Amino acid sequence: MKPTSPLSGSLTGITAPRPTRRGLLVGGGALGLSGFLVACGVGGGGGEKGGGGSGSGSIRALFMQQAGYSEDNIKEMTAAFMKANTGIKVTADFVSYEALHDKTVAAAPAGTYDVVLIDVIWPAEFGTKNIVADVSDRWPEEWKQQMLGGAVATPQYDGKFYGVPWILDTKYLFYNTAQLEKAKVDAAQLDTWDGVLTAARALKQSGVQYPLIWSWQQAEALICDYTQLLGAFGGTFLDDAGQPAFNQEGGVAALEFMRQTIVDGLTNPASTQSLEEDVRRVFSSGQASIALNWTYMYGLANDPKESQIPGDVAVLQTPSGPVGRPGVNGSMALSLSATSENQDAGWKYIEYLTSQPVQDKYALSSLPVWSSSYDDPKVVDTNPAVVPQAKKQLGDMILRPQVASYNAMSQVLQAEIQKALLGDKEPQQALDDAASEAAKLLES
Amino acid sequence: MTSTPRAGGRPRVRGGYHEGRFALLLLLPAAVVVFGVVLWPVVRTLVVSLYDVDSAMPGDYPFVGIDNYVQVFQDDRFYSVLGHTMYFTLVSTFLELSLGIAVALLLNAPLRARWLWRSIVVLPWALPTIVNGALWRWIYNGQYGALNGLLDTLGISQTPTQWLGEPFLALNMVIIADVWKNTSIVVFFILAGLQTIPSDLYEAARVDGAGPWRAFWRLTIPMLAPSIAVVLILRTIEAFKVFDIIYVMTGGGPASGTQTVAFYTYLQAFSNQLFGYGAALAYLIVLAVFALAMAYLRILRQNEMAGVE
Repeated sequence: MKPTSPLSGSLTGITAPRPTRRGLLVGGGALGLSGFLVACGVGGGGGEKGGGGSGSGSIRALFMQQAGYSEDNIKEMTAAFMKANTGIKVTADFVSYEALHDKTVAAAPAGTYDVVLIDVIWPAEFGTKNIVADVSDRWPEEWKQQMLGGAVATPQYDGKFYGVPWILDTKYLFYNTAQLEKAKVDAAQLDTWDGVLTAARALKQSGVQYPLIWSWQQAEALICDYTQLLGAFGGTFLDDAGQPAFNQEGGVAALEFMRQTIVDGLTNPASTQSLEEDVRRVFSSGQASIALNWTYMYGLANDPKESQIPGDVAVLQTPSGPVGRPGVNGSMALSLSATSENQDAGWKYIEYLTSQPVQDKYALSSLPVWSSSYDDPKVVDTNPAVVPQAKKQLGDMILRPQVASYNAMSQVLQAEIQKALLGDKEPQQALDDAASEAAKLLES
Repeated sequence: MTSTPRAGGRPRVRGGYHEGRFALLLLLPAAVVVFGVVLWPVVRTLVVSLYDVDSAMPGDYPFVGIDNYVQVFQDDRFYSVLGHTMYFTLVSTFLELSLGIAVALLLNAPLRARWLWRSIVVLPWALPTIVNGALWRWIYNGQYGALNGLLDTLGISQTPTQWLGEPFLALNMVIIADVWKNTSIVVFFILAGLQTIPSDLYEAARVDGAGPWRAFWRLTIPMLAPSIAVVLILRTIEAFKVFDIIYVMTGGGPASGTQTVAFYTYLQAFSNQLFGYGAALAYLIVLAVFALAMAYLRILRQNEMAGVE
């Protein structure tokens, strides 16, 4: 680091023309302080850390509270791991998805966590900024064949692995069978987005005030829904040159579709303030007939303790648009913190949680990353409605941009998409403005 | 320096020096804490703001001087969030002060079970801001919120309103949630001020023919001026730094309509790992708050001098 001469100058500059005792003390203190600052470096606190460790001892892991495996699931898995590995004690912490990235970043310099759960959109950022460790050398070659393609892609960036896929997910289309029956809507209509609109109109006429509910709050959840539609309408986030392309035909058509469902009164206006959990609550209370959501909603929407419509919930592959039906890759991976001093023990824990038997056991909450699990009758029996859909959908997934500045780009896109959804801007204008900002972010 | 008698009765000539050192020793823990949690972060943030720090991890980052500050002033989003912050600060402080004075006047009146009313008024302030935000988010929920339920029950509106669905409306609804919580502290400041006004002044005003309205403007408000000034500046500082209630209630949306400077700073620093830029933004908040704090101290000093006179 370069010396902070302006700082020391400003502090020493307040001494009196003739040196006094106080002046000398202040000047000396300032010099000492500036020297200290120079020695400390900038960025987060803590020094260079990270190492394998002894393969035993205490480790700490950070998870999220919603979607995928529940907190109880993870606590059970962890207890079973500690029983099988008596030399390792694991402390698991849980935060909401919205806080997961920032807590991981804030805790990284101190090496607070040994194992962290990362979203599919973070390997580029966390890998290049040395937040999580490159575990390419630890990755067994056979995993690449044994895991589904979308899973293998999840923790990868620039040819390196920054974790092991654990939650393999995409958004499925859920619908209320009783409401569709009442409105005389054939579920086969839900195979395309045009059919969804036709079905929603019929449902509205049958008395469902707002048949559609989405997670369109200004958050990453909005981008997940948009991604799925972007893919269906033939758009891409970036072109071959790595420049923003979501403001071209498919991307604009997707946003126009979203806006039109609001204008037509088919989408619940609460969607623009809703995350996935809000979608689940509204759908589970029977106030919406059709919703996109992650795998976990199927189990909870059919649970009488959590839902008013148990037994009336069915799930389908995401509908097809003019170009196809790719599902958003919403997978997550378990990573080793780059500053962890006990990475070997952390890796054992990751290997256990991602192992096929453990994933198969909890398939109702989150589907396994292992290809052969989908042909295992025990796994299919765990979640007979979702597994057949997943088998079709998980081979066709669309990734959000794998760039280090993804978060900033996503924030810009979220705000502009919301402006279009609220009618403050035309979809084309909103996406042009977002693309212009995104291009600057990609350059920097 | 005074000499202190020792146990043996022999005066210690340099006892004062030892006492001074002892006093310094006693102050040391507090000084270390103040340095650690106030001065050190302030100085470190300044240093970080002069570098292009784009990761949480320690490292050698390029020195960019005041570039981060220049970028802030060239950033359109900064002016947008600054506008939201100013609006939030002005409206919330005005409402809290107006309501606070009104409630304090009521609680200063000879009411039955006055202690009970005073206890109830303090309750919102006792709630953590995060809890308050979550509470109001539920109340405002467009689908199953209590506010729409109340309006429906009263026959005012059967159509559910999306209270947090439009940017400007959402900002105002967040202000209401903030006012509900923070009016309490204003009430107690003003109540304390009201109790310092001698009752014979009101008696004299009544004898002079002043009605309640005239007595309020000509007597109560001038006598409350020091309390009003203090609470006004404290609330302005707090409102300018608003973050947590926004984070919980709206996440800065819809369409970034409730993003404030502090929220934007958080996004840049932690979500985008632009710590240098985030530090520059944070430093601008520090400078704004410092200016307000100076105004606060100046008013306090003027009040003290007025009291001496």
